[in-house]
Amino acid sequence: MRVMAQLAMVMNLDKCIGCHTCSVTCKQAWTNRTGMEYVWFNNVETRPGLGYPRRWQDQEEWKGGWTLKGGRLQLKSGGRVQKLLNIFSNPKMPTMSDYYEPWTYDYETLLNAPLQKNFPVAQPHSLITGKKMNVTWSANWDDDLGGAQEYAHKDPMLKGIEDKVKFEFEKTFMFYLPRICEHCLNPACAASCPSGAIYKRAEDGIVLVDQDKCRGWRMCISGCPYKKVYFNHKTGKAEKCTFCYPRVEVGLPTVCSETCVGRLRYIGIVLYDPDKVLEAASVEGDQALYEAQLGCFLDPFDPEVASAAERQGIPADWMDAARRSPVRRLIQDYKVALPLHPEYRTMPMVWYIPPLSPVVDVVKETGFDAEDQANLFAAIDTLRIPVEYLAGLFTAGDVEPVNAVLRKLAAMRSYMRDINLGRDPDGSIPAAVGMGEEEMYEMFRLLAIAKYADRYVIPTAHAEQAHSLEEIATDCAVSAYDHSGEAQPFGVGSGPEVRIAVEDLRVRTARLKDEG
Amino acid sequence: MNTLLWVVFPYVCLAIFVVGHWWRYKYDKFGWTTRSSQLYEDNLLKWGSPLFHFGMLGVVGGHIIGLLLPKGWTDAIGISESTYHAFALGGGLIAGAMALVGLVMLVYRRRTVRSVFKATTPMDKVMYLFLGAVILLGCWNTFASVVLHSSEHFNYRTTVSPWFRGIFYGQPDAALMTGVPLGFQLHALLAFALFALWPFTRLVHVFSAPLGYLTRPYVVYRSRDVRAGAGAGNRAPQRGWERPSLDDARK
Ligand code: SF4
Ligand code: SF4
Repeated sequence: MRVMAQLAMVMNLDKCIGCHTCSVTCKQAWTNRTGMEYVWFNNVETRPGLGYPRRWQDQEEWKGGWTLKGGRLQLKSGGRVQKLLNIFSNPKMPTMSDYYEPWTYDYETLLNAPLQKNFPVAQPHSLITGKKMNVTWSANWDDDLGGAQEYAHKDPMLKGIEDKVKFEFEKTFMFYLPRICEHCLNPACAASCPSGAIYKRAEDGIVLVDQDKCRGWRMCISGCPYKKVYFNHKTGKAEKCTFCYPRVEVGLPTVCSETCVGRLRYIGIVLYDPDKVLEAASVEGDQALYEAQLGCFLDPFDPEVASAAERQGIPADWMDAARRSPVRRLIQDYKVALPLHPEYRTMPMVWYIPPLSPVVDVVKETGFDAEDQANLFAAIDTLRIPVEYLAGLFTAGDVEPVNAVLRKLAAMRSYMRDINLGRDPDGSIPAAVGMGEEEMYEMFRLLAIAKYADRYVIPTAHAEQAHSLEEIATDCAVSAYDHSGEAQPFGVGSGPEVRIAVEDLRVRTARLKDEG
Repeated sequence: MNTLLWVVFPYVCLAIFVVGHWWRYKYDKFGWTTRSSQLYEDNLLKWGSPLFHFGMLGVVGGHIIGLLLPKGWTDAIGISESTYHAFALGGGLIAGAMALVGLVMLVYRRRTVRSVFKATTPMDKVMYLFLGAVILLGCWNTFASVVLHSSEHFNYRTTVSPWFRGIFYGQPDAALMTGVPLGFQLHALLAFALFALWPFTRLVHVFSAPLGYLTRPYVVYRSRDVRAGAGAGNRAPQRGWERPSLDDARK
């Protein structure tokens, strides 16, 4: 058995209010640069909707991810030779129009306009061509079902149920889906990269693009089924979400998680066996993939796993973090988190707790008690549309696992109501979904109270190097922009030393202790 | 003058070519890219770019055969002069036409699609000028020798090719080039000028042709890089600014 650690995230979709704070703070931190104007490492999509880039889920069109061919796993867009033959023009590369043309406003006119009868207007200008433009699309044009009559039925996930979903006001369902790179166990982006510039970090599984090795062949951009590698059109290199590695290495959560208004993101370690990944990714039948991926994960409480981990040099504090990991609990123990599009076979590692709210809303609207277990269970069984839609996102269409999760969430809702109202808790409710009372209460604490320390259990990079922890050798993926960077024609490192993050309390205390 | 043109100039250009690449690779790995513009525009590129690139691969292959294989070798395996020329011209015309049509499409695209034009650097423009001129002259030479029979008395395999090989043996014979038609002379000179420009343009991407992709494992694992001399609170020192350390001295 081989043991590897993976930093993973779980998002609790019931709590997402679609405020886009995560997207904005991520952009401020990482992508507000020329060449990256259109890039959103984190974006929040309204579902049903087209997503970003438009219709990214339609893999018959985009050919992202992996597919099974004669029982063997193959990149959906073709083998290595085919990739090289397509290198001069990638047939599946999205163009600017599939994202949107970034723009700004000529605010100057507002300041410089002379006194006049009509109010001056700042007009939109393209950031690409500098010309005036009409804004007709953006990263979240169909936000909150805006223009749903026109766009939403084009959502690839509605295929087969489109006639049953009505996009009339108050007759539909809606929820938000925040997305970042999945930091997959079997990343199709890395597999598509002709230069081998994309790599998975052995310590924590973060998938990164080596900016010095990327040659701009663009194969990763079409290779990633989630469309989470972007082309920096200024530098001609691929860039992607870095899981904020300079932050997580010092034990801080990613920017999107830290600033999440709904406090719905969880970060922690999951242990897995890399030797099982290929086999799991190659199982027959798309609906078997959720279970197959679960089968790759290891139990840190298992003494055999622990000793194997020790032999392979996984530090003790990482094992400890794996045991306390909220992500592991949600995925492996409570089994309420599901992977996004497991059928792409990349073994994604950002998982989601599907929202119960579409169900609750309907029960409420019909005037029934939306916190009553029986009502909710009945609704889950009868409300086929939202459940089928969720299954299309999280289990390749298998409604069973989604139903099971929704029942657990519904049970938690009614079980906790009794407690909150001071009534005797009803042990039969958790039992109905196969959980113990204490377990259900713990899950409630993790999901609803969601204390900072419970949401983020992030071990710092290698404890034995604690004194040099902070940003050791981790010049960020974009450091070549920095004037002290190596790209300077007049030699290297001639600038001043630049601190790229403030110390956190733990590092600071450790450093002061070290320095005596 | 002859020595200057056919001996000194090629060596200077090749020296710049080699040292330039070394320098660029050492100091500007971050800038080493194709700088693809496919994100901006796809409809013209999807025809122009493969035409141009596959055409150029053919052209380069043809040059390798024509310039580097001594005439004696093909004679020895019984390929007659006329067969050789039929093949060379046929292949050369097809590859050259592909490259030329592709180039025209790409230049047209670059000029007319505003987003692509905006992303064109002055260096790109200079490079296009030289590259275009070399390709045009090359096509003209081929064309002229077939259609106009202008150089029936002239065989580049006994003049240009030995001179070119001589450069690599260290004894180029300038006299071989003096009687060569002007078209060939210009083609050769401009090509060397292009070699001198090469390391400073996006043409460097030619040397990262990713053939290793065919054999490497699909998913690359790498450890977090830890650089020597990293200290608490600050990033690792950049190259050249490492603190003195006994460990390094012992290495
Ligand atoms: S989601 Fe991230 S790790 Fe997975 S294939 Fe896409 S870019 Fe790669
Ligand atoms: S910040 Fe949190 S609540 Fe707001 S959109 Fe992002 S994930 Fe949802």
